[in-house]
Amino acid sequence: MSGAGLRRAVVLAAVVVACVLPFALSNFRLFQFTQVFIYAIALLGLNILTGFNGQISLGHGAFYAVGAYTTAIMIDKWNVPYGWTIPVAGLLCLVVGFLFGIPALRLEGLYLALATFALALAIPQILKYFEHWTGGSQGIVLSKPRAPFGLTLNPDQWLYFVTLGVLLVLFVLAANLLSRRTGRAIVAIRDNPIAAQAMGVNNALYKSLTFGVSAAYTGVAGALSAVAIAFVAPDTFNVFLSITFLVGIVIGGLASISGAVFGALFIQFVPNWAQDISKAAPWAIYGIFLITFMYAMPRGIAGSLRLVLGRLARLSGGTRRVA
Amino acid sequence: MDIFVQQVVSGLATGGIYGSLALALVMIYQATDVVNYAQGEMAMFSTYLAWTLINAGLPYWVAFAATLAIAFVGGLAIERVVIRPVENAPVLTIVIVCIGLLVILNSLAGWVYSYIQKPFPSPFPEKPIRIGNVFFGAHDLGALGVTLVVLLSLYVFFRYTTLGLAMRAAAQNPVSSRLCGIRVGWMLAVGWGLAALVGAVAGMMVAPVVFLDPNMMAGILIYAFASATLGGFTSPGGAVLGGLIVGVIENLVGTYVRFIGTELKLTVALAVILVVLVAKPSGLFGRAAVHRV
Repeated sequence: MSGAGLRRAVVLAAVVVACVLPFALSNFRLFQFTQVFIYAIALLGLNILTGFNGQISLGHGAFYAVGAYTTAIMIDKWNVPYGWTIPVAGLLCLVVGFLFGIPALRLEGLYLALATFALALAIPQILKYFEHWTGGSQGIVLSKPRAPFGLTLNPDQWLYFVTLGVLLVLFVLAANLLSRRTGRAIVAIRDNPIAAQAMGVNNALYKSLTFGVSAAYTGVAGALSAVAIAFVAPDTFNVFLSITFLVGIVIGGLASISGAVFGALFIQFVPNWAQDISKAAPWAIYGIFLITFMYAMPRGIAGSLRLVLGRLARLSGGTRRVA
Repeated sequence: MDIFVQQVVSGLATGGIYGSLALALVMIYQATDVVNYAQGEMAMFSTYLAWTLINAGLPYWVAFAATLAIAFVGGLAIERVVIRPVENAPVLTIVIVCIGLLVILNSLAGWVYSYIQKPFPSPFPEKPIRIGNVFFGAHDLGALGVTLVVLLSLYVFFRYTTLGLAMRAAAQNPVSSRLCGIRVGWMLAVGWGLAALVGAVAGMMVAPVVFLDPNMMAGILIYAFASATLGGFTSPGGAVLGGLIVGVIENLVGTYVRFIGTELKLTVALAVILVVLVAKPSGLFGRAAVHRV
């Protein structure tokens, strides 16, 4: 089997397993997997920006918050059906991200990291400040949606399938975007901005657009999380959320689409296990993993898997493919 | 008018703390081109060590000196062990490693000392000092004094000692310095040690005000970033001055601009950073970055 065929088979198997899970797991476990999918979307968003385009963001929690609050406010204040709020949240984040991307053009590497880090620290305060809309520190409480069309699914199962559906659509879109012309331009800007410019890539436009798309992904994830958890509060969107996303893409694999799923599994389940040791343990583990991965596995889980799969494919006499 | 003077002085006191942390950031940035995101947590951790020493019965100033020594060695060790392997790695790698360090120190402090806030003693009397009609907090004046002493000694160190000269040389031109027999790697490590020491002073001076807890430095670090950005990441003096300016702005804006108050303080720092980076990325006193094509 060739490398590409093998990969396709693995993806297909994963999707099949994901479709069967809801009927085998308890509602609580199911909710955890819904959360994994939501994280995966957010991580993919951040990875498009940081992994593929090379713009460092330590503040993607802010866009997650914007998405979550857009959904929560629309449902709470205007009674909009939740299904409509998710694309609106995505679009709003696209615009906000694009606009934030414009001053970000002038900031390289460290300085962009700095500005986004400050954004991440400031966002809970900003959310609390607009109390009239956001409900201040109390946050907004929503109710969980039921399955429509008389489907015999309980709310957790329904939300699971909604999230899985959104995830698949967004992943296919991202894969298409990144594997073609636009994607090559995005990666070229990361690797050598001057050469990219010389090849006719409009750096400024692509960089701000990438920022917008990345923010839109993370915003959709935020919107889904507001629906799934049925609650938003400013202090959940603190700087550690942004760092969690960073941990996710580093461990999953920078500049890898499937890495987002591995990263999401990691940030969802590892802290839960570590919590039994001590309240501080999850973060200690995050920190240690961040540093060790940077030293030993800079391409994350996805990169290492690709390496192993590639070797296996070659061993079994498949065609040589450059990943 | 009295309130104004009071606010300015108290702004200078917090500004001095921002300034020292900003100076620590700039020292590391100049030597190794790394913005140390863990600077705040290193300071926080040193402050916890000071708390332990004071609780063990040491007099304040002895504990103070001991903490500085430990912080210096700790900073040096962190550079040797954690930063050195990624010295020439891309920016993203270094940022991630620093964030990892931040997270580890933060959780370690939470693990060992719990997340409950602790009071931290101030070496200065509690009674405010009255000059004319204006009352100044003794801790504010004391903290400002300590900060100035530290800055002055650093200046003297870098300006008049051989080691200081060697360190400046190593930062400016590593290759030539190595040819002159300067051990560049060690100079960088000493730079990290000194930065950790300066950070520890900032931590111990700010802890009586904000109370000791593992997240106490997050807000202060952002102000230090704002100060360093305002003064210019390439200018140590600028960073300190930037700190003083940011401290005074913070206090005046908090007092006189009704809609900001204390609730949007961090947003002010964010605004300062964004405005400076967009309008004058090199800061007030920094050199503009030049890229070789």
